[in-house]
Amino acid sequence: MINIPVLRWGEPYESLDTDEVIHHRTGEVLAKVGQANPGLLARDMRKAKLAREALREIPIKDLVEMMKKAGDLYLNATLPLGDGEQSPNDFARQQSASTGLPEHMCKFNMEKNHFVLNNMDQILDALTRGLDIDILQRGFGVEERGVPVSYQAQSPVLGMVLPSNSPGVHTLWMPVIPMQIGLVLKPGPQEPWTPYRMFAAFTEAGVPRQCMGIYPGGGDMGAETVARCGRVMIFGSTQTVKQYSGNEQVQVHGPGYSKILLGDDVVDQWEDHLDLMADSIYKNSGRGCINCSGVWASRHTEEIAEALAERVGRYEVKDPTDPEAGLAAFTVPGQAEAVWGMIEEGCEENGTTHVTEKHGARLEQMERCDYIRPTILHCDSPDLKMANTEYMFPFTSVVKCPQEKMIEKIGGTLVASAITNDEAWAAQLTDATNIDRLNIGPLPTIALNWLQPHEGSIVDFLFRARAYQTPDERLKARCGK
Amino acid sequence: MAELDQRIQEAKEQLDAHAVEIVKWHFSPETGSQFWLDWAKEANWDPAGEITCFDDINAKFPHFEDEWLRDLQPEVWVPKEFEGQPFNIFETGGTTGMPKQRIGWNDYKVDYSEFSDSLNDEEFPRNHYWLMVGPTGPRRLRLSIEHLANVRGCSCYFVDLDPRWVKRLISEKQFDQAKAYMDHVVDQATTIMKNRSVSALFTTPKLLESIAERYESEGSSLYEAGIRGVFCGGTTMDPQYTRFLVEELLENKIGFKPTYGNTLMGLAKHKPFTPEDKFSITYHAPQPRAVLRVVNPDTDDLVEYEEWGRVELTTLTREFFMPRFLERDEAIRRPPIELYPWDGVAEVRPFGAMQKKIVEGVY
Repeated sequence: MINIPVLRWGEPYESLDTDEVIHHRTGEVLAKVGQANPGLLARDMRKAKLAREALREIPIKDLVEMMKKAGDLYLNATLPLGDGEQSPNDFARQQSASTGLPEHMCKFNMEKNHFVLNNMDQILDALTRGLDIDILQRGFGVEERGVPVSYQAQSPVLGMVLPSNSPGVHTLWMPVIPMQIGLVLKPGPQEPWTPYRMFAAFTEAGVPRQCMGIYPGGGDMGAETVARCGRVMIFGSTQTVKQYSGNEQVQVHGPGYSKILLGDDVVDQWEDHLDLMADSIYKNSGRGCINCSGVWASRHTEEIAEALAERVGRYEVKDPTDPEAGLAAFTVPGQAEAVWGMIEEGCEENGTTHVTEKHGARLEQMERCDYIRPTILHCDSPDLKMANTEYMFPFTSVVKCPQEKMIEKIGGTLVASAITNDEAWAAQLTDATNIDRLNIGPLPTIALNWLQPHEGSIVDFLFRARAYQTPDERLKARCGK
Repeated sequence: MAELDQRIQEAKEQLDAHAVEIVKWHFSPETGSQFWLDWAKEANWDPAGEITCFDDINAKFPHFEDEWLRDLQPEVWVPKEFEGQPFNIFETGGTTGMPKQRIGWNDYKVDYSEFSDSLNDEEFPRNHYWLMVGPTGPRRLRLSIEHLANVRGCSCYFVDLDPRWVKRLISEKQFDQAKAYMDHVVDQATTIMKNRSVSALFTTPKLLESIAERYESEGSSLYEAGIRGVFCGGTTMDPQYTRFLVEELLENKIGFKPTYGNTLMGLAKHKPFTPEDKFSITYHAPQPRAVLRVVNPDTDDLVEYEEWGRVELTTLTREFFMPRFLERDEAIRRPPIELYPWDGVAEVRPFGAMQKKIVEGVY
């Protein structure tokens, strides 16, 4: 058992209030994590500008190199953690044990984080759309096309209110440090592992420790992070998304409602795309916001649902250490039961059918955690309650909907994979503002090109591009252009 | 240890004698109140004759029902001895609807005069000025704090905070309004502090935090503002929060006196901190005038030391008798100490705090 302190701008603070991180199956106490009271952050935020000042002492290109080194350390090294230390295998085991995610998926997430850190120069290039990185560093400069431009940081630090149930989200904040912005992290209660391991890897790689604070705590700590940080990223429900709608200081990552749309021109060949659909639903435990939660087509939907149920409905609960384990546990007591209750209620509506029913019971309750096995519903209308839902396990509704109504009916969609060769429809999809990330062609929803803009533009969120006029002589003297 | 045991025994004997005297007082036709005389008639037993020690109260009386303090007119509680003397009507804190009311004459002065003995002159200088920022209005606290200041030769400024309004704002999720109201209160408090010489502050934890933050945002501190002693009470202060107040806001330079009290009990004193306490606050009731017990809510039995239970209050004064009232608080039962040789209640928080979210608000 490890004792993990609060980190106040990199300095350990032993709180008198601790929270236990528990193994979801055995009940073993994996760690005691010090809990910060909101007042600590309120006071510490008065020194937030020192975090950015410390980072601005280091050229961005050097920070990028530190990120690469940190990535290697994160993936391969035994690093300090609280009053102990942690090997890469320890990390995967601990993260799996507390979040319910199978161990091999935790290791896969480590690879993903490593990839982002190790390719930070290209990631930054993608995020800034090729901006000369010196312009971010200096605050102004001359673009390639010869136009002066300024990027002004809107906050010395980015606050992150992190979830417990999705270790994949950490890639979002990794580019922040090399952009010379400090970090205030409020970890999810069950997933303190990544923030602390990243901190250890960053500092070991040369990043100043005072540029990061980690403040574990309850809901009040999350609220304080939102209230105190000039820019903050949070993860939550549709209701949370609505709550902060229009608040430029807060970027909310809500449910994805990601979907596969089969065009009328290809739907008769739906069987060709079954693997792609199953992968989009099931891979990485189906927990991510980019996992598919809806397959929409104008015909053959009953057959598609049956085939998907046949394909994914048979997957069984396996021990999280089993390399074949594909399902993640629900570790919050009562949550799986409540989710299943909602699905059963939704299936009572005429036109909604539970297609995986014949493959055995879905809800499996254990002593300390529960599982829901992959579930496929069929909805014979896009207006049914279950036609547009998302849950944190492999779940999909196959929805019958005319192609001409799909764009309107799918609502907000993080990833849409539209399988079609119909360029007229593709053009309409390209213009649809309710779709964030668009794949045209047979691409799974979970396919991600890191070198494209993703998950909101962190650069636009943290920096304001603005006009900047100054005599040419000064520009030349300062920027060399 | 033998000395502590002896003090515990003496305190118990004092409590038993006091309990017998007070019950006799309230249940004798010559001195008692209409309410208790009628109650005894209906209950069909004679408390004045049958109560022989404090434990008898726990064994023979049911829990005091707070509706009695809401539904009945105040005069039913007047002991015969006090008839004809106008009384104070005090109300409890942050309730909505008809509040609980307790009448009184001198009890609050007795409680707070005695409390003054636990203050030292460095932290709470005599012949100076105090500021109370918190619930005034119909609460006993307002007069009590002024009396306490007066006993020490001080005068007191007041800034009011209406907890009922705050609770309503928070219950209706009007957080912006709640924050604006708190800012309004802090504005008033800091205006007094900047324009008048104040050395002692009575306030609630959240307000203390806000007042300190206001000073610190201006590059100053409570200490630099002249504050040397702080009383704090009204909402939960767990050990980490207490440590935060003492170390960070008060910088280990300002005296800190956490208090637990209400209109029905009076004022409990806290056990002076030692390093072993790790900022866990233990309160001891103003025994024998009031007794706090920590009981199992299902069985009414005392819980073991260091175990959590519900706080049960018995008030025993000539002005007011209230047996076995279940507070809306839970606490850890702590053993007697030399200074207060009777049980203490520690880490007080709203009853059921672990199970559900309690609206305590900003006050």
